[in-house]
Amino acid sequence: MNNKIKEFTRRHSLEIGLIVITILVWIVFIITSPRTFLSPKIYRTFMSTVPFVGLLALGLTFVLAIGEIDLSFPSTMAVGGMCFGLAFAATNSIVLGILAAMAGGFVVGLINGILVTKVGMPSIVATLGMMFFLRGFVTLSTDGSAISLRALGDHMLYPVFSGTFLTIPMQTVWFLFLSVFLGFILYRHQFGDNVLFVGDNSHTADLMGISVSKTKIAVFIIMGMLAALSGTMDVFRLRTWWPTQGQGYFMTAFATVFVGGTSMKGGQGTVFGTFVAAFLIGSLEAGIVAAGLAGFWTQLIYGLIIVVSVSIHTNLRRLGIT
Amino acid sequence: MTLKANNLQKEVIIISLVEMKNIKKKFGSVTALRGVNLEVGENEVVGLLGDNGAGKSTLIKILSGVMPPTEGEIYIHGKKIYPGEYSVNKARELGIETVYQEKALGEKQPIWRNIFIGRHITNRFGFIDVDKVKQESQKIMREIMGLTGEGASPESRVSTLSGGERQGIAIGRAMYFDADLVILDEPTMALSLKEVDKVLKFIQKIKDSGKSCVYISHNITNVYPVSDRFVSLDRGEKVGEYLKDECSLEELNEALILATERKIG
Ligand SMILES: Nc1ncnc2c1ncn2[C@@H]1O[C@H](COP(=O)(O)OP(=O)(O)OP(=O)(O)O)[C@@H](O)[C@H]1O
Ligand SMILES: [Mg+2]
Repeated sequence: MNNKIKEFTRRHSLEIGLIVITILVWIVFIITSPRTFLSPKIYRTFMSTVPFVGLLALGLTFVLAIGEIDLSFPSTMAVGGMCFGLAFAATNSIVLGILAAMAGGFVVGLINGILVTKVGMPSIVATLGMMFFLRGFVTLSTDGSAISLRALGDHMLYPVFSGTFLTIPMQTVWFLFLSVFLGFILYRHQFGDNVLFVGDNSHTADLMGISVSKTKIAVFIIMGMLAALSGTMDVFRLRTWWPTQGQGYFMTAFATVFVGGTSMKGGQGTVFGTFVAAFLIGSLEAGIVAAGLAGFWTQLIYGLIIVVSVSIHTNLRRLGIT
Repeated sequence: MTLKANNLQKEVIIISLVEMKNIKKKFGSVTALRGVNLEVGENEVVGLLGDNGAGKSTLIKILSGVMPPTEGEIYIHGKKIYPGEYSVNKARELGIETVYQEKALGEKQPIWRNIFIGRHITNRFGFIDVDKVKQESQKIMREIMGLTGEGASPESRVSTLSGGERQGIAIGRAMYFDADLVILDEPTMALSLKEVDKVLKFIQKIKDSGKSCVYISHNITNVYPVSDRFVSLDRGEKVGEYLKDECSLEELNEALILATERKIG
């Protein structure tokens, strides 16, 4: 029994370390601003704002696990939001709007995947190009103006992405559901196994009959669709779509994945870590401001958290513990 | 009349497990294979010999579906293989398992994932039965690889294993899936004498169980005792073929040197 606990801690030391960091940060916040952090209101706010970055980070976890990178997701988010906005404005149907957004994310992912696997571009270059291209595309498509979706709030299905379930904001319900589902896919499904091997050693995957291209394309599609979903949920919150949507999420999404414990090197990724880190990173700014520190402390502390946690992860991995 | 009948009869009886005819392979401007024939009979161990770059690995990668030949025909169990329909997975379906020279392992993954890579035991939705897979892995490690208790568990990552243990996983996995033909590409490279012995015993086991094997190695001393027939490649061409019954280790050694020298001369 004792051995089992030891084995468990050894295998999950990365996740446990992250939880410890999160709790420490949380305690600091409670001490520095007890009024804010002892009332439930702030947690409800976190639960309705963190999932936007969380969904992006979830997709990014798969992309990094397969040994690639995606820089285009903030723009993909805007594509998803725009597709939803245009479809909803035209049909007044939330279902069609979501389908349009998903289709948009799917196509973006497919193009990214094809550029990387069939054309053979490094993903950092392909998705950098796509990032600019898509931003230009959504801006031109809408003449650079916002889409106002006032009617959205009156729609019967509006609470799907915006209401609460047992007092938990729907954003977090979706984020939790998708994290659990994608966690099972990554660790317990043949597809996730293929992702890990392609990221670990694509030559091995190839020799053992795993289609490297198909798996990579599928991962870029997952990323694209999650970004589009995040964009859609964001539109629900603001009831307006802006051509600049997603631009603030780039750094925080990356910070989340790295702090969560997923490495850049491929073959490894932690959905659980990403989930926890999303809330850690997502609460920093509020905590810093509530503590009475000026806003520019935020960046310094972000940087500190990233460097400290990633160096812990790296050393745990080097010791072969995780 | 009688002769013809005899010939006919012979053709009926000898259907090779694998027949590769006039296989050519080009990588851009590099020609790796220049029309090689390779046959593997039922319950036969073929030693495939040749220098670095002779084309041995390329030949067996074509056979195991990793890459198509530029030209040439392949028959497995007497049936013609069409390149468009052939793949690693198809080759496995037809009973060909390969231990690649590169080992083909995922360093950061645990042993159980490496053994069942690409073909886990899953339910119909594709979710892995992890308990079952780990159990089977444990069995493979114990019974095939001879790894006992201490040290490696199915959860151990490949990066923590020794060279011999890694080779053991590559071989154990090929053996578990019960193939008609096991291809071993340099399975003894960088192994200790004791571990080499294990590999040779494994090949003997394949032979005893009525299966076939292609054994690639530079080390003739290792290949000789376990093989029935030897095929020697040199710069993409077959330069010799010898039956063990017809030549001793010394004669084989001599013949191989001669065959290569003739080509140079
Ligand atoms: N994927 C590839 N792309 C380009 N050239 C290749 C490729 N694979 C093999 N070659 C070339 O084909 C030739 C034969 O290589 P191969 O690996 O089949 O030799 P080998 O007999 O297995 O040698 P060794 O004993 O060193 O393993 C070599 O010249 C090699 O450089
Ligand atoms: Mg070779």
